[in-house]
Amino acid sequence: MSTTFYIPCDSTALALGADAVARSLVAESAQRQLDVTIVRNGSRGLFWLEPMIEVVTPGGRIAYGPVAATDIPSLLDAGLLTGGAHALCLGPVEDIPYLKRQQRISLRRVGVIDPLSVEDYLAHGGTLGLRRALDMTAAEIVKEVTDSGLRGRGGAAFPTGIKWNTVLNASAPQKYIVCNADEGDSGTFSDRMLMEGDPFQLIEGMAIAALAVGATQGYIYVRSEYPHAIVALNTAVVKATQNGWLGDSLLGTGKRFHLEVRKAAGAYVCGEETALLESLEGRRGIVRAKPPLPAISGLFGQPTVINNVITFASVPDILAQGAAAYQSFGSGRSRGTLPFQLTGNIKQGGLVEVPFGLTLRELLYDFGGGSLSGRPLRAVQVGGPLGAYMPESQFDTVLDYEAFAAVNAVLGHGGIVAFDDTVDMLKQARYAMEFCAIESCGKCTPCRIGSTRGVEVIDRLKADQPGQIELLRDLCDTLQNGSLCAMGSMTPYPVLSALNHFPEDFSRRQT
Amino acid sequence: MENLSTIERILAAKQSLPGALLPILHDIQDALGYIPPDAVPSIARALNLSRAEVHGVITYYHYFRQTPPGRHVVRVCRAEACQSVGCEALATHVQSALACEFHATSADGDVTLEAVYCLGHCAVGPNIQIDETTLHARMTPEKFDRLLAELRSKP
Repeated sequence: MSTTFYIPCDSTALALGADAVARSLVAESAQRQLDVTIVRNGSRGLFWLEPMIEVVTPGGRIAYGPVAATDIPSLLDAGLLTGGAHALCLGPVEDIPYLKRQQRISLRRVGVIDPLSVEDYLAHGGTLGLRRALDMTAAEIVKEVTDSGLRGRGGAAFPTGIKWNTVLNASAPQKYIVCNADEGDSGTFSDRMLMEGDPFQLIEGMAIAALAVGATQGYIYVRSEYPHAIVALNTAVVKATQNGWLGDSLLGTGKRFHLEVRKAAGAYVCGEETALLESLEGRRGIVRAKPPLPAISGLFGQPTVINNVITFASVPDILAQGAAAYQSFGSGRSRGTLPFQLTGNIKQGGLVEVPFGLTLRELLYDFGGGSLSGRPLRAVQVGGPLGAYMPESQFDTVLDYEAFAAVNAVLGHGGIVAFDDTVDMLKQARYAMEFCAIESCGKCTPCRIGSTRGVEVIDRLKADQPGQIELLRDLCDTLQNGSLCAMGSMTPYPVLSALNHFPEDFSRRQT
Repeated sequence: MENLSTIERILAAKQSLPGALLPILHDIQDALGYIPPDAVPSIARALNLSRAEVHGVITYYHYFRQTPPGRHVVRVCRAEACQSVGCEALATHVQSALACEFHATSADGDVTLEAVYCLGHCAVGPNIQIDETTLHARMTPEKFDRLLAELRSKP
């Protein structure tokens, strides 16, 4: 009988050599006349253990990692096929504490299944949400999503049900569903993991959104930096269409929804929803003034639901299990779970999907194990390049949208980048301004000019010219209050938080 | 000219898509490695746009290039997560190893060096990408030198 192995095809695992591990296992097994079947799954998100391979035994799936191609002979010698003991053996994968302590909803199938297997998807609860939605009216679907408390996972945390309701109530010849898969924030990869590891779930979520608002066409706008996700999505769209999850008659009901994958072209600001719509329409990704909201006048001027990958991917489960189940997780007005991404200078980096309500410290130390370098963690940037740098004194902040807002920080898309005590916060503040200067779409003056002036002010500050801190604060005030979108209005978050929490990196240059 | 027939074929296949410009530009760059200046008038005509509009789009997006790249394209991530584990020292090393700056091609035409702001492998940085799909995590100057030697030894 053949023994089944799972070796991730997730692109982070590939970057760490997963393909070579798979090739080595095939070659060594052939030489030893062992019958093995290799399934390429997504990643469980325990990236310090990747490439992590799993062998299916009567006692469940046993994990080994991090495995190098050269480890395969010794693993086979140790009885890998039956889950034999070895220094790299991690035991039953579900019992690994890092995984066991999570509450996976949106990424629950990622790493478990073959991402492009229709059978696997169905066997793990796939399409249950879509099937239920097909038996409901549009208004009932919207109500279910509203009641779940789901808020946009891209970063802005706008209530999803309210957005959908606006589109449902708009009357137009054509409505659109657009997925914002332009996951540009450094320190984030949950969208990528989902698209590579369980693309059908995103498709199902978008199909449910289409039923909820009466849309017949959808687009997934994926960043060009994610080539593996694009391949997975395109294959998944073809298979979903063959199985009636997309197309002219969803599961034979006569309801129509078509979906197309579009590749972005490396502009960070296209993660802003109106710039994304401009880009989809074939123009430069320049931010539009709001109102009108995309829900009223979005893609090609039609009512459009535009949501992040994880938002859509949360929907099938909300429909399948009911709003109350999802709503029962969370903290305050932040309901459900958020896939946090622990990155940067961290020992155990990876994907941690948990209900809102843990503290930042629990994530950094209980999950992350502290810094990778072994030095003290000094600053943590949460929420991407436009998120605040948080000092150790704020590590006890509860992970929910409102608690972060209360300390002038943002959760954003859940990216957490850790820095040890070698970080120079003036340099990080300068980088934030520089990044804004590079990526500004140029439409509004505060962002376009202010970012360049910001770099100059920080350079003068570094050269010990007096009065620059006051100038920098004044400039940040202009950016924050005068910019058209979050690119300009949030660049002050990293800059001011660096200045406020780490004044010693600035003031020694001012005294 | 061979390029022009490729461009005409792509235009014929894609010009009727809603918002066709980005898909067309991607197909052209995938086929030719860059978007030749002489493609602009044809694209503009096919989509009923001005040449200025097409030029504006090509130059707005970091991903599109208007000159042929080197035999290989190396993208080094310079975003925050990679900064926290030393990507700036790596970036300095890569520039000196290739004797070229970012957004430029080494003198022998082997490698075009690009900066990228996040490849999405932020738990295992510093990260680099070689050509379109080959990824390498936890990059160090020594590992980079070995990779570069391999790249250059390939025909």
